[in-house]
Amino acid sequence: MNELLSDTREQIVQGLRQIVPATMQVSGTTHIMRDLNLDSLAVMDFMLTLEDRFDIVISLDKVAEVETLDDLVNVVDQLRARKLKS
Amino acid sequence: MSILNKFAPLRQTYDQLRAVGQNPFEMVFEKMFSPTEGLHKGRRTILLGTNNYLGLTFDQACIDESVNVLRQQGTGTTGSRIANGSYSGHRQLETDLAQFFNRKHCMVFSTGYQANLGMLSTLAGKGDYLLLDSDSHASIYDGARLGHAEVVRFRHNDPDDLAKRLKRLASEPGDKLVVVEGVYSMLGDAAPLKEIAAVKREMGAWLMVDEAHSLGVLGDTGRGLTEAAGVEADVDFVVGTFSKSLGSVGGFCVSDIDGFDVLRVGCRPYMFTASLPPSVMTSTITALRRLQELPELRTKLHANAHRLYNGLKDLGFKVGPQPNPIVSVALEDPILAVTFWNRLLEGGVYLNLALPPATPTNAPLLRSSVSAAHSFEQIDRVVQLFETVGRQLGVLAALPPLRRAKPAAAVVFPANAELDRAVAVGAR
Repeated sequence: MNELLSDTREQIVQGLRQIVPATMQVSGTTHIMRDLNLDSLAVMDFMLTLEDRFDIVISLDKVAEVETLDDLVNVVDQLRARKLKS
Repeated sequence: MSILNKFAPLRQTYDQLRAVGQNPFEMVFEKMFSPTEGLHKGRRTILLGTNNYLGLTFDQACIDESVNVLRQQGTGTTGSRIANGSYSGHRQLETDLAQFFNRKHCMVFSTGYQANLGMLSTLAGKGDYLLLDSDSHASIYDGARLGHAEVVRFRHNDPDDLAKRLKRLASEPGDKLVVVEGVYSMLGDAAPLKEIAAVKREMGAWLMVDEAHSLGVLGDTGRGLTEAAGVEADVDFVVGTFSKSLGSVGGFCVSDIDGFDVLRVGCRPYMFTASLPPSVMTSTITALRRLQELPELRTKLHANAHRLYNGLKDLGFKVGPQPNPIVSVALEDPILAVTFWNRLLEGGVYLNLALPPATPTNAPLLRSSVSAAHSFEQIDRVVQLFETVGRQLGVLAALPPLRRAKPAAAVVFPANAELDRAVAVGAR
């Protein structure tokens, strides 16, 4: 599970790096919209890319739970774990 | 401290709009002369942002029959159909719409917004999935939020992306309802409905199409994109509005599904709201008849749409992907867009300003909706004004003197220091 978690985080950060300036710091407590200056449209589009990257479905109520990078990692990780079980 | 403090960022945006000139979201027309002309601050203004596609708001038959019913049946129903009962007009309107769409069933709602709110929140329940095009209208997103289904987005107008997401859900129990629009309200692009219907067939999902901007606009008889794409058998639910091509207010859903009428006692946005006034239903019934009697309105509408789309495109403006009655020009900067919009208004043309995040991309839009009632002279005047303002604001390159177009006769730009400052900011 820990290995999976670290992989999730790394891939999400890698994805974020493609849409925010390289100078922006990204940590677990980074607020995705406020700190990275992303609007709701950009976040929603980023979710689509994460769905494809991990082959999962992130429904809108899950997106609503996400504020920080840690929140996002947890959501994606739960969905990946669920997919592995099925 | 105020309960409204949370709106501070929104307030700031609105204050900025006011600083540029007329706030686009606080327009008041003192008078309406016709479907295409109104009076704004004492000036006759061309209406190019009212979704009045067939121009039926001033149709004499619609007005006369509506006035008769207003006198006979009064001003309103004063409540819901569940509590107060239906008027004969409700049933007549539902019968006429079902017949027009060749469907077995129809339910009428008090607005198009409520039609989406009602159908999405009721059809898809707990454990079901709603698959929404990412550029869906707010009423579709809000309907999805009101219900208990899981909501999944797919990339705009991308049937392969939809298929990919449906495959990921293949092993999940629960119904999957795909929701798309006939014509999308911001850029006027139509859905690739044939391909989406094929995905729906292959994956065993349900399909709903919102024909708000395509009823009376597309299809040989005006039934919308579903008819134009030849996929009516694949579309399980068609929703739409009366407030665009039918010139009144209200919404509907038609379907062939067995047991449809149970929704009348299960759909809260249908049950717990006042029903449409009788005069509104009569004008809608008449407008639906006029839509069928006057196919030439669609021909004129498309001629106008092509004239505006091509006129703006030829000048070098960034327009949407297809020539449809919604013609949008994308600009790079919100302040520039507000300034452009104000100058159009000062020149006698009203259209819609759409700012992100209400737009599909980060580009603000000057959004026009063309009517069959517009004359070619009005369309040409709009194109000419766009050119004049476009060159003044540097959106279009300045022409050499010999090729410079004559400005439209009615265009007078008052000196306005704030406007100039805004332009300077916009061109940063």
